[in-house]
Amino acid sequence: MSSSNSSARSEHAAGAFDVRNVIAALIGFYGVVLVLMGLFGNSPEEQERTGDVNANLWAGLAMLVFAAAFALWSRLRPIVVEAPPDRQDPEDDGSGRVAPGH
Amino acid sequence: MDDLRLDATFVDYLLVAAYFAVVLLIGAAARRRVSDSLDFFLSGRSLPAWVTGLAFISANLGAVEIVGMSANGAQYGMSTMHYFWIGAVPAMLFLGVVMMPFYYGSKVRSVPEFMRRRFGTGAHLVNALSFAVAQILIAGINLFLLATIVEALLGWPLWLSLIVAAAVVLSYITLGGLSAAIYNEVLQFFVIVAALLPLTLIGLNRVGGVGGLVDRVTDAGRAEELTSWPATDLSGIGSPVLSVIGIVFGLGFVLSFGYWTTNFVEVQRAMATKSMSAARSTPIIGAFPKMFVPFIVVIPGIIATVLVPEVIEAREGAASDFDYNNAILLLIRDTLPNGLLGVALAGLLAAFMAGMAANISAFNTVFSYDLWQQYVKKDRSDGYYLAVGRWATVGATVAAIGTAIIASGYTNLMDYLQTLFGFFNAPLFATFILGMFWRRMTPTAGWMGLVSGTLAAVAVAFLSEDAFGTASLGVLPIGGQGASFVAASAAFVVDIVVSVVVSQVTAPKPVAQLAGLVYSETPKEQRTDPDAHRLPWYQSPTKLAGIALVMVIILNVIFR
Repeated sequence: MSSSNSSARSEHAAGAFDVRNVIAALIGFYGVVLVLMGLFGNSPEEQERTGDVNANLWAGLAMLVFAAAFALWSRLRPIVVEAPPDRQDPEDDGSGRVAPGH
Repeated sequence: MDDLRLDATFVDYLLVAAYFAVVLLIGAAARRRVSDSLDFFLSGRSLPAWVTGLAFISANLGAVEIVGMSANGAQYGMSTMHYFWIGAVPAMLFLGVVMMPFYYGSKVRSVPEFMRRRFGTGAHLVNALSFAVAQILIAGINLFLLATIVEALLGWPLWLSLIVAAAVVLSYITLGGLSAAIYNEVLQFFVIVAALLPLTLIGLNRVGGVGGLVDRVTDAGRAEELTSWPATDLSGIGSPVLSVIGIVFGLGFVLSFGYWTTNFVEVQRAMATKSMSAARSTPIIGAFPKMFVPFIVVIPGIIATVLVPEVIEAREGAASDFDYNNAILLLIRDTLPNGLLGVALAGLLAAFMAGMAANISAFNTVFSYDLWQQYVKKDRSDGYYLAVGRWATVGATVAAIGTAIIASGYTNLMDYLQTLFGFFNAPLFATFILGMFWRRMTPTAGWMGLVSGTLAAVAVAFLSEDAFGTASLGVLPIGGQGASFVAASAAFVVDIVVSVVVSQVTAPKPVAQLAGLVYSETPKEQRTDPDAHRLPWYQSPTKLAGIALVMVIILNVIFR
């Protein structure tokens, strides 16, 4: 995971860790809303437009599954920050930069 | 567009608002990590390949792709797939396998900078200026389409939609620079899929599945639109053999390679990665979803031709002034319930903002590093250029509002602009490729090749039937997309010929200056990742590229 290209800035955090959780959160939120819409907001007129399928419900469930999978991936394979944790930060320049997943 | 109204309810607005909230949060979070200009412009070269790979295609998945390709699907059918399978994937693979080692290994901060180091000021200025102008114009188009969608769907007046949209994009770019843009692009990709995949599936369900769609299109007498070759409608070239040649060489080679291998908007995302292998993998990883994106973008267009009344009428010839750009919106109106409608709105808005943000972030890198630092104020501190970058972003966004207003005055502006930028990309690619593999090529040949290639393309366009609308003379019997393919090919050939000739009579750069820029002068260590041999097969760029190539060929065969 370490890269010789950024050795001059070794305290740099990888950062992608956040994105998977953000994606999982937003899609998960959409999933919840859609499932609720599908359960309580379904109407015959809408069924006609979708060809007799409760589209909100199915799409919502699929999104929940996807969001769960993403959150699981991000848990099981976290992005490792490059500087090893036991080396006390000689590079700490006091810029107040925050590492992800703190 | 005035009669297009969608019944958006509170729930739909809630979903859209959630999306915007997340986007702004990402901008704010990315800001805390931006400490110098390399961070702002290139994310400190730290991102993993799957992130940049998705951002790579997301940056391209803007208004033009979603609205334009579905419109093409409604008008031409399956041959639109060529824009993806011929016109994008091979070039993306080539970029990853062949050209990224030079871009990444030479540590240039932009594509024009590569031009400057290889060829000097002349070629650099031509490239940097034309690229910068192009980005502002394209950002304006994205912004305009974004605002017209908002206007048509929500009833807000155009000027208000323009300003609000511009303000949102501006905030998250200014706050977080390229990192924010990239993170948002990854997010946007998933929202766009979440919006378009259900749309496609519901549409297919309504028409009776894939078989039902095939039957209905055939019944309407348009069976040839179900096959992607020889695509004579698309190319405008009557002879099937010439049409295939035109598409494969003109679109597949010159135009698409010219765009994907030199367009800094895309290359910038690959440069933001943490290693050479990751940089090479970025466009290759992007190629996999790119292959399948047309199924959720083009197919809805085709479905619209048998499902949506207005589109059916237009295809039957009853409404000659129908704007095919509306096809996907009409399909959304006719199939999606509230809830999914909100997701679709968020997805469309996401796509348009992704396009605009990509243009703006590429613009401000080229402006700050290639133009301002190079020719206006050299040798200032890094913080100075970071500030310049931020101001450039604001200026570019305001300018995009201006170019959006210009765009609103023309219905065919997008066609013209696509043709024009094809003119710039084809000679650029020729000059690049020649310069990367032939060290004898001189700086003078660099800019002369570019200029003469562009002039050749413009000449062909003038001589064609309609590449410049009524200004074209009609001397050459080619029109439509075929004309732009021929023009691009002409530009490529002329550029190569002129460059070779001029190089014979001018002085090349000293070989020592070409290390890292030319294949023969770059030692193997500098163009390969030292860790490459330890990578598993799914992280090795060349193996991945091989798999992608096989897949795209299979797709072409299945859907021929």
